[in-house]
Amino acid sequence: MTDLAQSPTQSLENGPPGPALRAWHWARGHLFNGPVNTILTLVIVYAFFRVVVPIVRWALIDATWSADSDRACQAAGGACWAFLGSWGRFIIFGRFPYGEQWRPALVLVLFVVMLAVSARPGMRGRTLIAIWLGGIVAVAALMWGGFLGMAYVETELWNGLPLTLILALGGVGFAFPIGVLAALGRRSKLPAIRWLSVAYIELIRGVPLITLLFMASLMVPLFLPTGISIAKLWRAEIGFALFFGAYLAEAVRGGLQAIARGQYEAADALGLGYWQKTCLIILPQALTISIPSIVNLFIGAFKDTTLITIVGIFDVLQDANTGLNDPAWRHAYVEAYATIGMIFFAFCYFMSRYSQYLERRLRRSGTGPRRQ
Amino acid sequence: MVATDPSRVQVAPAARVALWRDMRVRGIAAQILTVGAVAGLVAYFGHNAIVNLEQRGIATGFSFLKREAAFEISSTLIDYSPASSYGRALVVGILNTLLVSSLGIVLTTIFGTLLGIARLSTNWLVQRVTGWYIEVMRNTPLLLQLIVWWDLLRVSAPLPREAFNPLPGVFISNRGLNISVPAWNEAYLWMLVAAVLGIAVTMLLGRQMHRRQELTGKRFPIFWAGLGLILGPPLVVFLCAGAPVELDTPVLQGFNFVGGENVTPEFAALLFGLVAYTSAFVAEIVRSGILSVSKGQTEAASALGLRPSWTLRLVVLPQAVRVIVPPMTSEYLSLTKNSSLAVYIGFPDFVSIANTEANQTGQVVEVIAILMAVYLTISLTISVLMNFYNRYVALVER
Repeated sequence: MTDLAQSPTQSLENGPPGPALRAWHWARGHLFNGPVNTILTLVIVYAFFRVVVPIVRWALIDATWSADSDRACQAAGGACWAFLGSWGRFIIFGRFPYGEQWRPALVLVLFVVMLAVSARPGMRGRTLIAIWLGGIVAVAALMWGGFLGMAYVETELWNGLPLTLILALGGVGFAFPIGVLAALGRRSKLPAIRWLSVAYIELIRGVPLITLLFMASLMVPLFLPTGISIAKLWRAEIGFALFFGAYLAEAVRGGLQAIARGQYEAADALGLGYWQKTCLIILPQALTISIPSIVNLFIGAFKDTTLITIVGIFDVLQDANTGLNDPAWRHAYVEAYATIGMIFFAFCYFMSRYSQYLERRLRRSGTGPRRQ
Repeated sequence: MVATDPSRVQVAPAARVALWRDMRVRGIAAQILTVGAVAGLVAYFGHNAIVNLEQRGIATGFSFLKREAAFEISSTLIDYSPASSYGRALVVGILNTLLVSSLGIVLTTIFGTLLGIARLSTNWLVQRVTGWYIEVMRNTPLLLQLIVWWDLLRVSAPLPREAFNPLPGVFISNRGLNISVPAWNEAYLWMLVAAVLGIAVTMLLGRQMHRRQELTGKRFPIFWAGLGLILGPPLVVFLCAGAPVELDTPVLQGFNFVGGENVTPEFAALLFGLVAYTSAFVAEIVRSGILSVSKGQTEAASALGLRPSWTLRLVVLPQAVRVIVPPMTSEYLSLTKNSSLAVYIGFPDFVSIANTEANQTGQVVEVIAILMAVYLTISLTISVLMNFYNRYVALVER
């Protein structure tokens, strides 16, 4: 560090430092400051050449981009992206009728557009609700079909990435009213309601998601009158909604606790009833504060949708496994999982960046309500 | 001033409020309605369940736990065979879950703390590499990561015959990790007792010497004394017992190893996956904990003449721990719950065994009730322990 401190005087004598000198000073300050850091830098550089370079070679230089089976790839010794040529479309859309796959593709585009529109700060609540209601109707119409010449497609065949998005968005969407009610219930003055809410929240948060999915897929059929059954997809959705509802309740409770007492008292002084006070004064402020935690929760939900593979629903992971069971592509598992990993990473990375941005924005504007 | 006629001062008559506007009456009504609705729903579902179970010919109740399980479990900590009962199988599962979670919690704490410190390194490369590691781990599904670990261990590892042998007695192959362990000897039990006694004496001595230092300022080399007290007695016991070292070494027989201790690829994949994933979250918690200690504290400590290592140990870490402990608790809880993903890669944890039993017996309601009760107990235990620790490190305010 002392070298850095001396550098200005040096440069004053010899004129402004050239880029090479500046780079050298930067490296001394950031890479070779002290013996430990020098060793660490050398280890990382060595590891880079031993690990990253071979991976790049494997993934790009030695890779096979088109082939009929993984034998051709093994001969080349690199990645087998040809697998995606044969099975990529199946991984994304699964068993949805091949000729109709433009419908789930359109659904994907719709979802991305709706998410992008909602992410714009300063969107008004009512506009958003209208957009999402319209979007849900459009998604349902496209997926089910059965009119305007579109063939009817049962939920069993809604697979892959559209299913992941439907489950995550639907799960959090259905969880939202549950979560808000449970959060309000937990802070209620009425003991019976408070205890019911606490019991629900803590019971669900204490058990793994997979238990709830098993419960939804095994127990829901038991709880319904004989002869009535619900599709697997909706059973999983019930499990997700119950699970995320409890976590959402805690996120909303955080927001509720951040509201100053004066807001409640002012609402009481105006003579507002409980629901008027909650819906007009408290919730709009509390929900604004809890948006970053809700976005984080949604990232978790999005990643957790992969668990439905375990209860036998065809999400991207299950689709990929189907492809890997094809005798021609048995060895392409790294490629398959790397692709899925990249899809999830892209979604989650942008969402987590967005939530960090929201947090900074909230902190700048103080915890109070934002005027829009 | 004319005294006001008391009869003209009117107190708001409580009885005048209509019954359906009275806050208390409304509160009670709302509670009765809610509880009634929940009870009704439960009764409806319960009735349907009883009818459905009767139709399928499944007896309700927990008596199935005593019946013979009749399925194999690949790794067990206690004696188990397919002839054992369903109840015992569940215990095997609970122990497996506890084993993988407790190991995972310890390793995650160590690895995550190191990562969190590395994230704050002054070395630009270290900072970047850990940053990317954390981003990749946090933004991809755990299930996917577990599958990749599992495939790496199963498919990419060598066959037992060509096992990788980095140290004598250690074999890594697609059958997992086979290591030689010292054969059981009674002396080991006494060594353990001696070590526990040593720890107890060290703790008492440490407290005593701390008090003496506060009174007289005299310091005592408690670290070295403790080291001697904890390691010395077991060593003496070991030597007195005639230094019994008899190794139980794995030997290749046919297609697999026999003898020694075996760590299955499923267990290793689950443990690696959980630790690698949760560490990324722990690293962020540790990082923000350290950053939360204001720079003035470090500066004040060095102004007092404290060495940097002392500053970290006596000033920064105790304050950082206060911020770190509460979110750390929820990471421990989520690691424990995430260990249930074992069911996908075939490690017989509690959920996986419970699921097998539910499918075999059809006693779904009972099995799920047991599942919930056990997980709630584990979660509550972790929370209570961490709360104790939290109270211990929390700021003592006047």
